[in-house]
Amino acid sequence: MKPFTNLTGVAAPLDIMNVDTDMIIPKQYLKTIKRTGLGTGLFSEMRYTDDGSDNPDFILNKPAYRKAEILVAGDNFGCGSSREHAPWALLDFGIRCVISTSFADIFYNNCFKNGILPITVSQTDLDKLMDDARRGANATMTIDLPSQEIRGPDGGVVKFEIDSFRKHLLLNGLDDIGLTMEKSSAISSFEQKLSTARPWA
Amino acid sequence: MAQSSAPRTLYDKIWDDHVVDTQPDGTCLLYIDRHLIHEVTSPQAFEGLRMAKRKVRAPQKTLAVVDHNVPTSDRSKGIEDPESRTQVETLAENAREFGIEYYNELDKRQGVVHIVGPEQGFTLPGTTIVCGDSHTSTHGAFGALAHGIGTSEVEHVLATQTLIQAKAKNMRITVDGQLPAGVTAKDIILAIIGEIGTAGGTGHVMEYAGEAIRSLSMEGRMTICNMSIEGGARAGLVAPDEKTYAYLKDRPKAPKGMAWDMALAYWKTLFSDEGAHFDREIRLDAANLPPIVTWGTSPEDVVSITGNVPLVDTGHSDQKKAAIQRALDYMGLKGGEKITDIKLDRVFIGSCTNGRIEDLRAVAKAVEGKTVASTVSAMIVPGSGLVKLQAEEEGLDKIFKAAGFDWREPGCSMCLAMNADKLAPGERCASTSNRNFEGRQGFKGRTHLVSPIMAAAAAIEGHFVDVRTWA
Ligand code: SF4
Repeated sequence: MKPFTNLTGVAAPLDIMNVDTDMIIPKQYLKTIKRTGLGTGLFSEMRYTDDGSDNPDFILNKPAYRKAEILVAGDNFGCGSSREHAPWALLDFGIRCVISTSFADIFYNNCFKNGILPITVSQTDLDKLMDDARRGANATMTIDLPSQEIRGPDGGVVKFEIDSFRKHLLLNGLDDIGLTMEKSSAISSFEQKLSTARPWA
Repeated sequence: MAQSSAPRTLYDKIWDDHVVDTQPDGTCLLYIDRHLIHEVTSPQAFEGLRMAKRKVRAPQKTLAVVDHNVPTSDRSKGIEDPESRTQVETLAENAREFGIEYYNELDKRQGVVHIVGPEQGFTLPGTTIVCGDSHTSTHGAFGALAHGIGTSEVEHVLATQTLIQAKAKNMRITVDGQLPAGVTAKDIILAIIGEIGTAGGTGHVMEYAGEAIRSLSMEGRMTICNMSIEGGARAGLVAPDEKTYAYLKDRPKAPKGMAWDMALAYWKTLFSDEGAHFDREIRLDAANLPPIVTWGTSPEDVVSITGNVPLVDTGHSDQKKAAIQRALDYMGLKGGEKITDIKLDRVFIGSCTNGRIEDLRAVAKAVEGKTVASTVSAMIVPGSGLVKLQAEEEGLDKIFKAAGFDWREPGCSMCLAMNADKLAPGERCASTSNRNFEGRQGFKGRTHLVSPIMAAAAAIEGHFVDVRTWA
């Protein structure tokens, strides 16, 4: 996994509440057995018109946002299914950071496994960042994970919280399966206990 | 196994009994007793294992079944769609290579993964259960801590039989009283989601308690726990009781003999202690609940069958107003319409929310001797092969077919419309599934979530009707 430290890029405003994972990546893209190549399906029902051409009104189709790396979105982002195809699609498109007032649990978890940083901010901060994002390509944002700050185009700073373990994994691009496997003797002794305490399980 | 002497919730108890390791920041390594996998969210996990040359730690604790992507037409001659076929074959190969038990599309035990688990007695009280599917919360009806995970976590569980987790908060939803006739478990959960919103349970595990929950069958409890995720919760829980034990007794994978007695003794300790702390409490009275219909594109967009579609100005914040307008536009509604005036093109009865035998019996009772409206195309998809067999044994399929319903093979079908079962753009559907998101049942399809009897009645009349007064 690619480490995440600092990111300076264009932020796209997606001012919709409850953006669900069906919206992020519709099911016709779930038939793949690969993790890659899902970027074309990202937000496809909003992004393309019925004949398959780009919908010029959709935010990521506007020239200023075609290379967006940050998404600023409405409340409860990523609700719905557990499909990791949602972060895979975001990543494949080039988005490495999503900012919202809240995230659905599973989506939030899935982001970290793929080197995407989901940032939760207050409604006031979100409104401000949404305004910044609306200014387009001239107004890049910097996400500074080590110091847990978002720096806006006018020098405004928004601090954010993140769990220290997840931060550590992200900063170092660590594979948590490898870390857990180091605890394999603890797992074995748990299994030992389990076989006497709850053998039926 | 860590334990504190203070009163604990049911969630606390199951959690404590599964902690393998706790880090200084509180992040835990949680042992996973049961892992269910299906064709859509597992291929990349197995690919990851192969790339890192890792094995499956406990293949006997994993059960694989195809459901999301299989056609619900005759499957005996193979799957036509090449992508679906590849995904199904990939699961079969992965199961074979890693030694995992697998139910293929022709196995009578095959079905929607969350219907199969309980049916086989794979789902047991006090266990931790995960699956790469958000509706894993269904299994919480048995007092199991069950939640959906992403594909990277599927890989993590396959490799280590554990999951890295921070503990969630406790929330209790008490539903007092008795449900009126014609009002079901589905209406309870839709009412709860309407009350707390789709992010209302975020970061929480929800325990459902109270007289109305106790009175529900296991099927009804599964319907409720199933949609915990639509309320944003990580998992739903109902404390096990006599109904739970009776449901599980003699199921193929349930413990037998002495192991059963030992399990039962443990299961009887699984309840929230008197005085246990809940971070949030919600109370609801079942006696006041009407049949519920969703009007919009979020499961929280609920309204009583006697109500009307909301007007845009019922929203408070500008964002909320914009959300209502967007939903109305998508749903092809103006706002203000009476719910009973909404006409349907399609009806879908099935899914892990309402595809069990009890649901089908209720539908059969409602439609016996009646005929589906000529303007409606209605399908019934049993949740599993065993549900299908049981229904056919009871003659329910004959009732359905005589009434004009399409009776199909088991699977997820039009709940998520990955296979050929889908709405055409603009089609309006009464569905017993759990999500009414934009495009969920087909590109530009319009979904109204309802209970099985509400869907059945709508199929007959061609529009929504109040089943409490419908004959
Ligand atoms: S029936 Fe629907 S909700 Fe249930 S597992 Fe299948 S797709 Fe998911």
